[in-house]
Amino acid sequence: MITVEGLSKSYGGYLAVDDVSFVCRPGAVTGFLGPNGAGKSTTMRIIAGLTPATKGEATVGGQHYRDIPNPATQVGVLLDASAQHAGRTGREVLTLAAMTMGLPTKRVDEMLERVSLSPSEAKRRIRNYSLGMRQRLGIAHALLGDPQILILDEPANGLDPAGIHWMRRLLRDYADRGGTVLLSSHLLHEVEVIADELLVIGQGRIVARGSKAELLAGTGTYVRALEPEQLTKVLDGAGIETTPAHDGGLHTDASAVDVGRAAASAGVVLVELRTADGAGLEDMFLQLTAQTQRDDVALEGASA
Amino acid sequence: MSVVTETATIDMEQPGVPMSRLVRVELRKTYDTLAGRWLLGAIVAITALVMVIFLINADADERLWSNFVGVTATPQGILLPVLGILLVTSEWSQRTGLVTFTLEPRRSRVVVAKVGAALLLGVFAVTVALVVAAIGTVASGGEWDFAWSGIGKFVLLQLISVLQGLAFGLLILNSAAAIVAYFILPTLFNILSSLWTKMSDIQPWVDLGFSSQKLFAQPSMSSDEWWQLLSGFAIWVAAPLAIGVWRLLRAELK
Repeated sequence: MITVEGLSKSYGGYLAVDDVSFVCRPGAVTGFLGPNGAGKSTTMRIIAGLTPATKGEATVGGQHYRDIPNPATQVGVLLDASAQHAGRTGREVLTLAAMTMGLPTKRVDEMLERVSLSPSEAKRRIRNYSLGMRQRLGIAHALLGDPQILILDEPANGLDPAGIHWMRRLLRDYADRGGTVLLSSHLLHEVEVIADELLVIGQGRIVARGSKAELLAGTGTYVRALEPEQLTKVLDGAGIETTPAHDGGLHTDASAVDVGRAAASAGVVLVELRTADGAGLEDMFLQLTAQTQRDDVALEGASA
Repeated sequence: MSVVTETATIDMEQPGVPMSRLVRVELRKTYDTLAGRWLLGAIVAITALVMVIFLINADADERLWSNFVGVTATPQGILLPVLGILLVTSEWSQRTGLVTFTLEPRRSRVVVAKVGAALLLGVFAVTVALVVAAIGTVASGGEWDFAWSGIGKFVLLQLISVLQGLAFGLLILNSAAAIVAYFILPTLFNILSSLWTKMSDIQPWVDLGFSSQKLFAQPSMSSDEWWQLLSGFAIWVAAPLAIGVWRLLRAELK
């Protein structure tokens, strides 16, 4: 259980995280989705006690991370897979962590096996690791203390498609056994594959949240006519608001029945009319992030 | 979802990370990379080398055990601070601080562990010097002028230098800049004192390099000289360490 309440972080005048609240529940993988610079990493660093919050609170299992004794045995954290000494071997990185936590070294071998790093790979220095290998090592590091809660920043970054599916299985198993997972990504595809619940963040604010199913549903109606301009005019006249899709069709929040009626009564020839679902989260993600960016531009324009 | 089972996932009663384990981890970090191993190896090798050079060049009546130990003071005095500096700055230059301070979020305890590790390594280096000096003395048929007070002061001198390195590292947080500052500042002080008489009056009180040499004054150090040593220590070790810790406790780690 991770609880974030009214969290804000400002750097000078810049609000990196703006009144963010959410809860990650046990048994689910919560995906934290947002473009680069949206405030995901800052939020996660605040949860792990590395960055002080300007306002609000973040707790893990009801406790502040910094107050938890030997915290890595209860909360697994991966904030940046590349933040390791380039001259240490992968095995040594895990050994240092195991020593700190007071774990036997056989735990290191178990974890290396768990993330499919071979003994010869584990003996190599981190500077010779690919990003994918660093991520696997980072996951092993986070899982080392057998924690109940995982906080992973961009763990799938640098993994190939097989690696992403491997991570899905691993985190799925973990959540099914009652674990809590918060993972971030700037790629929708990764989150779509791995996560059950979604938090979408843009410009430091949560712009959408819910289960994957919830966010996929209710995306309105997609309609395409032989003569798009005529359709736009007709729907406008019927009081139905539309936004143009990239392929010449229209998106609208109105139901397919209403759109069909309006078109039929005006004699507009439709070539496509359906519940908008095909583009799925991708459109939503683009739309949401573009929206927050546009709002920001508009605000700057107004204040100038 | 019941609140009871959720909070039960975090055990606030389990023991924290004991200091002995943190010190062991910090010690291990100094020799688990190639760079670290080279530095420790260099300390041992150079200590042995200067003694061999001394052995070859020293006249028979100079072959005192204390002289054998004395020649190691300078090379160790150069390398030990670097060890102290790297112990701290590598956490920033290699960004491992992100992991270190996540494993032990009580940041001041990590600093205490680093101070402990630095002191242990200082004692290790001096022990190497004492042992190699003993071998040199015996091998050359030199004179055995063993004295506890002399050893104590020698250990103190080297521990001050390794701590000063650590303090500079914590203050500057950058390996190259900290090493340069560590070696440039005393020289700068010497130049200033020779040019400016007011400066040379206060030099014993503010120049740690100057006051720490008095540890070997004959027949013994005056009480004023002890106070001067303490004053220099406060300025060049305690103050930067305090400022560094104060900042670390508030800083954001990225």
